[in-house]
Amino acid sequence: MHPAPSVILFTVMSGAGFGMLAFLGIGLPDVTGWVAFTFFAIAYVLAVGGLMASTFHLGHPERAIKAFSQWRTSWLSREGCCAVFTLLVMAVYGAGLVFLGTRWTALGFVGSFASVLTVFTTSMIYAQLRTVPRWHSPMTPALLLSLSLAGGALLTGQEKAAIALLVVAGAIQIMAWLKGDGALTASGSTLASATGLGTASTVRAFEPPHTGTNYLLNEFVHVVGRKHGLQLRVISFFLMIVLPIGMLLLPFSHLFAALAVLSHLAGTAVSRWLFFAEAEHVVGLYYGKRTT
Amino acid sequence: MTTLPTSTDRKLGLVIDLDTCVGCHACVISCKGWNTENYGAPLADEDPYGADPAGTFLNRVHSYEVQPETGATQLIHFPKSCLHCTDAPCVTVCPTGASYKRVEDGIVLVNESDCIGCGLCAWACPYGARELDAAEGVMKKCTLCVDRIYNAHLPEEDRVPACVRTCPAGARHFGDFADPESHVSRLTAERGGIDLMPEQETRPVNKYLPPRPKDRLQEQVDILAPLLAPVSEDSAGFFGWLDKALDRLPGAPSKDETR
Repeated sequence: MHPAPSVILFTVMSGAGFGMLAFLGIGLPDVTGWVAFTFFAIAYVLAVGGLMASTFHLGHPERAIKAFSQWRTSWLSREGCCAVFTLLVMAVYGAGLVFLGTRWTALGFVGSFASVLTVFTTSMIYAQLRTVPRWHSPMTPALLLSLSLAGGALLTGQEKAAIALLVVAGAIQIMAWLKGDGALTASGSTLASATGLGTASTVRAFEPPHTGTNYLLNEFVHVVGRKHGLQLRVISFFLMIVLPIGMLLLPFSHLFAALAVLSHLAGTAVSRWLFFAEAEHVVGLYYGKRTT
Repeated sequence: MTTLPTSTDRKLGLVIDLDTCVGCHACVISCKGWNTENYGAPLADEDPYGADPAGTFLNRVHSYEVQPETGATQLIHFPKSCLHCTDAPCVTVCPTGASYKRVEDGIVLVNESDCIGCGLCAWACPYGARELDAAEGVMKKCTLCVDRIYNAHLPEEDRVPACVRTCPAGARHFGDFADPESHVSRLTAERGGIDLMPEQETRPVNKYLPPRPKDRLQEQVDILAPLLAPVSEDSAGFFGWLDKALDRLPGAPSKDETR
């Protein structure tokens, strides 16, 4: 799949933002006034900024309001509804903390749950796609949820929770990579099944439909960077998991905490780039681009 | 509404005969022409006369080389457009309700004025049937020429999809699969029509007819062949002398190499 910068930015930023809101909603850290304002401002910049970035890849962003209508079947629509609901609830909850110094506990729990639900709906946009076997797995929601919560714990300064969640996210990431590498083969989709020409014969793509490229090849048959996949996985894992845990184990300092957050977000961005760049869409079979 | 209908009154679709298709791409051109000049946003061409031309097409013809276990290799031309799936995954993922499957005839369509161009329906389609138009920013797909097949202003014989009407080989057939006695249903039954990527569980309406087995070469193809004796192994005369003379010269190929 084509790793569009807008979608990478969106999923990384909004994942961390909603992860922060999930912690703030349950009173971790228990802050009020200006300190609370700062925490909420960071969370909203990440979450809303991510949502704004995701509209950059739309053909008609001015019609985005229509995307709230099809929540009965569409995970993308559900994500939109969940995100707006969460942001509204948490705005009221945050206003109570910042301006009144009051913590509306029940409202915070609702907002926290809705934050996690929003990240889940985002992950299901990818996990629902049978056409991309690497994504069509429970590993996708597990990975996006664990990374979102780990990022949220880091950003809200929850050191113990952050270490635990980073370990969990790291384990899920490795499992997702290992399982994902065999997913296309396990899906059973081949050039033979795609064309129906494989009974007692071998099929080879002889000639593409056009001499030039097209939307399908640009969007679904991204192959650049696959050869550096292993190096990028190591870099991503080190930045996203290992380095932040190391920083958290050192005696606390604001500098190390900030570096841990930046390192984690940078590593998550690399991981997310790989999430798209390494995902094989079955339409590539028709173009002879998927040799398994 | 992006909820799929539990059943449709008719199931309009295409049968594509891989045995008959000659790979002329006439269906590609007539499709592009009709759908650029008529319903909806025109199909864009990017850099059409430049170094790197690209564009939106609703129908594309691939070519595949098929090597049977025995016998000669075959070249199969493979037209591919929307299969108007019964369980269309492109419809249910649409966040705006722009994509829908019609209850009356099962055609999968996009309401372009509702499309936000997110591209998720194209992600959900295993067949590459949907393309986001680079100029208009909306999703384009085969409409089964819905503006031809019900068009009372057209002569009766033209009320079929443009690709079917134009195919010079008769490799494309249009009809109602819900009617077991229709032309397309009978063709599918007689020729063993198949679904593409059945493991994706989309239940396509369009069917593909596999190529028929090719005739085998017999022992003797040409009745004149026995009369045309092959060149003699023990050549005589001038060429025989020349062959032997050259063999004696330095640099002549050894006996094995001449094989």
